[in-house]
Amino acid sequence: MAQGDFPLLVERSAPGRIGAAVPQSDVPEVPLEQILPSAQLRGGPPPLPEVSEPDLVRHYTQLSQRNYAVDIGFYPLGSCTMKYNPKINEDAARLPGFARLHPYAPDALAQGALRLLSELETALAEISGMDGMTFQPAAGAHGELTALLMIRTYFADRGEARTRVIVPDSAHGTNPASARMCGYDVVQVRSDARGNIDADVLRQVADERAAALMLTNPNTLGLFEERITEVEEIMHGCGAQIYLDGANFNAVLGITRPGDQGFDVMHMNLHKTFSTPHGGGGPGAGPVAVKSHLLPYLPVPVVVREGERFRLDYDRPQSIGKIRSFYGNFGVLVRAYTYIRTFGPLLRQIAEAAVLNANYLLALLRPAFDLPYDRHCMHEFVLAGTRQQREHGVTTRDMAKRLLDYGYHAPTIYFPLIVEEAMMIEPTETESRETIEAFARGLLAIAEECRTNPDVVRSAPHTTVVSRLDEVTAARRPDLHWPIADY
Amino acid sequence: MYPEHLHYTREHEWARIENGRVRVGITQFAAERLSDVVFIELPAPGSTVKQLQPFGVIESVKAVSDLYAPVSGTVAEVNPVLAERPELINKDPYGDGWMLVVELSNPAELQELMSADEYRRLIGDGEA
Repeated sequence: MAQGDFPLLVERSAPGRIGAAVPQSDVPEVPLEQILPSAQLRGGPPPLPEVSEPDLVRHYTQLSQRNYAVDIGFYPLGSCTMKYNPKINEDAARLPGFARLHPYAPDALAQGALRLLSELETALAEISGMDGMTFQPAAGAHGELTALLMIRTYFADRGEARTRVIVPDSAHGTNPASARMCGYDVVQVRSDARGNIDADVLRQVADERAAALMLTNPNTLGLFEERITEVEEIMHGCGAQIYLDGANFNAVLGITRPGDQGFDVMHMNLHKTFSTPHGGGGPGAGPVAVKSHLLPYLPVPVVVREGERFRLDYDRPQSIGKIRSFYGNFGVLVRAYTYIRTFGPLLRQIAEAAVLNANYLLALLRPAFDLPYDRHCMHEFVLAGTRQQREHGVTTRDMAKRLLDYGYHAPTIYFPLIVEEAMMIEPTETESRETIEAFARGLLAIAEECRTNPDVVRSAPHTTVVSRLDEVTAARRPDLHWPIADY
Repeated sequence: MYPEHLHYTREHEWARIENGRVRVGITQFAAERLSDVVFIELPAPGSTVKQLQPFGVIESVKAVSDLYAPVSGTVAEVNPVLAERPELINKDPYGDGWMLVVELSNPAELQELMSADEYRRLIGDGEA
């Protein structure tokens, strides 16, 4: 592990040092001035750091050692499902037939890859209760936009001018953002006292102006929508579509199917529920699955099976078109397929263990924290640090920072927005009882520190490479570059 | 904290009438709730704003919010200092932290705004 500070590449730079030797050119050299306008030529070489290969490798390896990862420790980041990703997924994705396949290879030379896509579609359709899907969206929010574009085209084809999308106040912020991107007005519906979308309020806004309801189930409070059947009747009663934000699909795998609950369209976060590495911006995969009435609108191409052969079908006149290059993040799809095949009929145990782990951890923690919606949770739960803030002047942010000193990644904080001082914890199914208990001991110890030594929490973290950052100055006066004159 | 001579919106902006023009900013309540403001995006002088429609964006370390125009009209002035010193919004929300001066197009709209008393009730302020 890299302790303390280490030099930047520019600080390691020595004039003339090189990391790789380029062989002598065996074609005649042409002066740049002959082929480029002089205004576009620089006066001298760019001031890049000059380092050897080992210097370069050590620099980036040291940087990487400052990362926290699920392969290093427990990562209870609510809503993100940071479960352990089995290494067999990596073996499959690195098979040369998948890893080295060119995206423009003709169908005849890509039968294995196309078959994988077709079988993954069949498996996910069975798991979700939907009829077909696209793999193009690169993440969940991209899937939201794709689904809303399909809904918009569906209503346009029917000659219906619907202008609104309804979202609950517990929704991921991406839901209203996607709806606005798609040109819809957003109508927000509040949650009821049990943390469900308020069906009575929903009834008042569900009319012929509503194109869709975007619902997360289990929702961001980690609670199953108890009135889902009523919600389905209200929305279909006014002719609107129901969209499932499948971010929390991990909790219900093999137990209940969104298609059976009445959802018309949904996205799945393969990088979460189906176990592929994510965080730090990707890569993800957010396939969108639809019921049969939306199948014609799927992006092109789709994979078609003809006997034992597979081909890509571009001839789909009602399609919304392409929403990403090629066929999505194919390597992620291979990993998700491997994960599903590894578990097979045991997929249900994933959801059972995720829910059991979350309820166990909740039971360990609840004596020390407030619980705004007091119900059995699904795969995650939302505590409130209001007691610590009121009685000891210690915020949820402080406690999250202090967790770093105990060697854990912090949970999601200040989300969902409807819970003050929110702390959203998702243990996932891959953690052992011992890990969950050790984490609970850590967080309970911090709650105790809030009482006995609040300053140590307020000034945390103390053991990390850098301590509490000045976020205000960093945002107001960001220093984003290395001054070139300095080297 | 909520001067009597100002008019207030439900979205926490204030409006001050100055010779037929209206000066606009956000309330102390909004500034405190946002915490440290780090960035603000305002319309260009000459553009038009519409009552209770977004005219800009304000960003703090905690949140990003739309800014809503208390009245409709043409933007006559924009506070030139805020881009460099957004912290003025926290320090002096009713003074140096002002955002726009709007040439009012429909004076009747002022009736739609709240008094200081009504605004204090909205935010549940004890001093009301």
